[in-house]
Amino acid sequence: MSDILEALAKIVGKDYVSNHHEERYFYGRDPGLMTPHEADYVVMPKTPEEVQDIVKLANREKVPVVPKGAGLALTGLIIPLKGGIVMDMKRMDKILEINEGARYVVVEGGVSQGVLKEYLNEHYPNLRHSVPESPPITTIAANVAIHGQGRLTNQYGFNSDMVNGLEVVLPTGEICKIGSCSVGKYWFSKGPPLPDLSGLFLGWLGTTGVITKVGLKLYPKKKMKDLEIFVTDDEDLVPGIICKITHTEMVEDIGIWAQERPLMFRGNYHINIFITADSEDELEMKRKMVYDSVQEYVDNKEAGFMNVTLDMKPDFMDNPQKSMTSFADVRRGGGFEYAGPIIPMELYPDCARKVAELAIKHKVVYGGSGRVIQGGHCMMFSFAYTFNRADLDEMGRARKALYEAAEFVADKGGVLWKPNIDEQKIMMERMDPNTLKLMTKIKELLDPNGIMNPGNWEVK
Amino acid sequence: MQQQDYASQIHRCFRCGYCKFPTKYVDFNCPSYKRFRFDTYSTGGRLWLTKAWLENSIEWSERLAEILYACTTCKNCVEQCPMRFAPDIVDWIVGARSDMVEKGKIPPRVARFFEAVHGYGNPLKLLRSDRAAWANGTKIYAPGDEYLLYVGCLGSYDENAQRMAKSLVSVMGAAGVSFGILGSDEECCGNEVYMLGEMGLFQTLVEKNNQKFKELGVEKIVALCPHGYNAMKNRYPALGASFEVYHYTQLLNDLVKENRVKLSRNKAKVTYQDPCFLGRYNKIYDEPRQILRSIPGVELVEMKRNRKDAFCCGGGSGNFVTDLLAGSEDSPARVRIREAYETGADTLAVACPSCLTMLTDAVKAEDLDDKLVVKDISQIVKESAS
Repeated sequence: MSDILEALAKIVGKDYVSNHHEERYFYGRDPGLMTPHEADYVVMPKTPEEVQDIVKLANREKVPVVPKGAGLALTGLIIPLKGGIVMDMKRMDKILEINEGARYVVVEGGVSQGVLKEYLNEHYPNLRHSVPESPPITTIAANVAIHGQGRLTNQYGFNSDMVNGLEVVLPTGEICKIGSCSVGKYWFSKGPPLPDLSGLFLGWLGTTGVITKVGLKLYPKKKMKDLEIFVTDDEDLVPGIICKITHTEMVEDIGIWAQERPLMFRGNYHINIFITADSEDELEMKRKMVYDSVQEYVDNKEAGFMNVTLDMKPDFMDNPQKSMTSFADVRRGGGFEYAGPIIPMELYPDCARKVAELAIKHKVVYGGSGRVIQGGHCMMFSFAYTFNRADLDEMGRARKALYEAAEFVADKGGVLWKPNIDEQKIMMERMDPNTLKLMTKIKELLDPNGIMNPGNWEVK
Repeated sequence: MQQQDYASQIHRCFRCGYCKFPTKYVDFNCPSYKRFRFDTYSTGGRLWLTKAWLENSIEWSERLAEILYACTTCKNCVEQCPMRFAPDIVDWIVGARSDMVEKGKIPPRVARFFEAVHGYGNPLKLLRSDRAAWANGTKIYAPGDEYLLYVGCLGSYDENAQRMAKSLVSVMGAAGVSFGILGSDEECCGNEVYMLGEMGLFQTLVEKNNQKFKELGVEKIVALCPHGYNAMKNRYPALGASFEVYHYTQLLNDLVKENRVKLSRNKAKVTYQDPCFLGRYNKIYDEPRQILRSIPGVELVEMKRNRKDAFCCGGGSGNFVTDLLAGSEDSPARVRIREAYETGADTLAVACPSCLTMLTDAVKAEDLDDKLVVKDISQIVKESAS
């Protein structure tokens, strides 16, 4: 084992590798509910070549490698289930290129959402990327690797749909470029008109390679923004309301949330509608179109717009929304996790009822929220439960609630997002056998020694 | 903070990582995370490891202690944490350190810090009798003087900080302020001792100092150092203090406003380092800037991270002596010097002897000697005084 430590130190420098118990312990868990497993080594590469050398070493020694961004997916995807090397990517933190005309950025695999956001604000104030609501330390690469979503998801799809190219260190150690960057200097397409190979890496939860560079689409940043919140106490109306609003094609982002605490929010379904514009006239026009689209619900006294006071707006419009993280401490417990299935809009009412039902059954506090994806083709629904990190019993109950939520949604036809290992099993059990066989073949082909984040997407 | 208090709360950290950044996410603002880059060296890492130690999930080790003591208690995490417990974070860290002290499980460098303060009255292990060697005839405080100028350990012994003390004495004298110093009778303020978790020694120091101040009838103290100012402002009253305390920039700003210090032209492009114990701890952001702006010819430019988002020099919590963050181009003082240099300033103004020492050393390490000079505000004012 000490040979591996020395070899890693030779690759990255001794300051950036550890087999101390402090790092092995900390990097062996995430803030969610999955069972920890300690790493054997933690290493922090700075360059793609260092990543390459680490992967080659891992192949020689048949040691697992688990790439890690911020580790905030909450579903244990960075827990080294079979030990080995956890590769903290956050030292690969360079923003390499911005193409203002073609609206894309190329970043290294450890660049965080927060740093990119501020960089664009300062240097390219007319451009933005789709910032997720997770804390700003989360990385661009990890977010696209798990098909994350962000503030522009209603308009442009999953954040992984916004990928314009990848550089990946394959499990066998080769550095491989994906998309237009594989044939020229531009990063304008992740695939078309070539075969789209990005699918070999996006959604695979780090089991098919280490993403060392990401080309990411940027979008126009409007000069002004506003928020309206439409509220109903009837969950069955939500899909229809969303359909009306998305028909306008006027809104940037739509989030739906329901929670039992504070009590003022209980029993209501809040639809956050974000509008952006370059002028007051444009803003007013969009606002009016949204108002008109849902007027029938107002007339029928089935729903209405909430008075969003000026002191509330900055919090909601914050992106990432900092207050969302404080949900973990709603009961002074320091923990929450969510199952976030992707569902068709019509399943919203069932999910909204189920999240509350499971909270009562398992005596945990819930939050149920959703984000509309690409104009309403589907949405992410979050079954979120808080837990007290000092209360093992409550942690167990929250985990059961999440598991039952996952089974419920899968039975309904939803697809589990960033699934933990239990949820991966739920998916694979229901998956078309030939699809599963294809996944297995791809995995075996790319990673013959099974070193990449083993335990995930494994049939056995 | 007793063990039970923090031990029953520490599980509430979600390790979301907001504490790593300033308000705008331009760079990492946690000094020890920026230096080491392992998540264990962030606030979340520290709190989770402390919890694990309390639960016996991990054994004490020198590395664990160094992780805990590498925190400069700069309070960036307190400013940025989105949770309701945010104001308590530093208390939790101090509580955990206090436990380690009680169990005798601290890094050797920290142990030496305590021994020096206990034996010599200063962490630098220099002779008590030399404490006023810098003072060169500065008046010793006597009842009836308006202010006691509390110089502090660095101001008394460190070469750079001594220049700062001399400048302040000169400016106060020229302005006709009635004041005196304690000379070799001065004792460590205890701020770092408290932050490092040695509560017994801290209490002894405070009691000694309070007793001395009472005997001399001290009603107003002006502190050269923000660390001393912080301890006397926020910790001493609970242990019987009844004097008013000011940081010297507050007094100096008043003197400038009252035209008791007359400033002439001093052409310089200046950026300013907010000391943590002046800024985040005591919200004194404006007075130092007002002084600098009042000097004709001085152009004040801000670093990207300033005021409550200022990046710590790395010297807090005794690190100006224990130096647990040294040895890298990512050491906080070197990072900060590069940021100051990026502003185009020729002078980095400070208001803290710890910042002065740390940043002066960093200028050398960054090879910027002839491009950027670090000066305390009292020095700049003295140079500008007509």
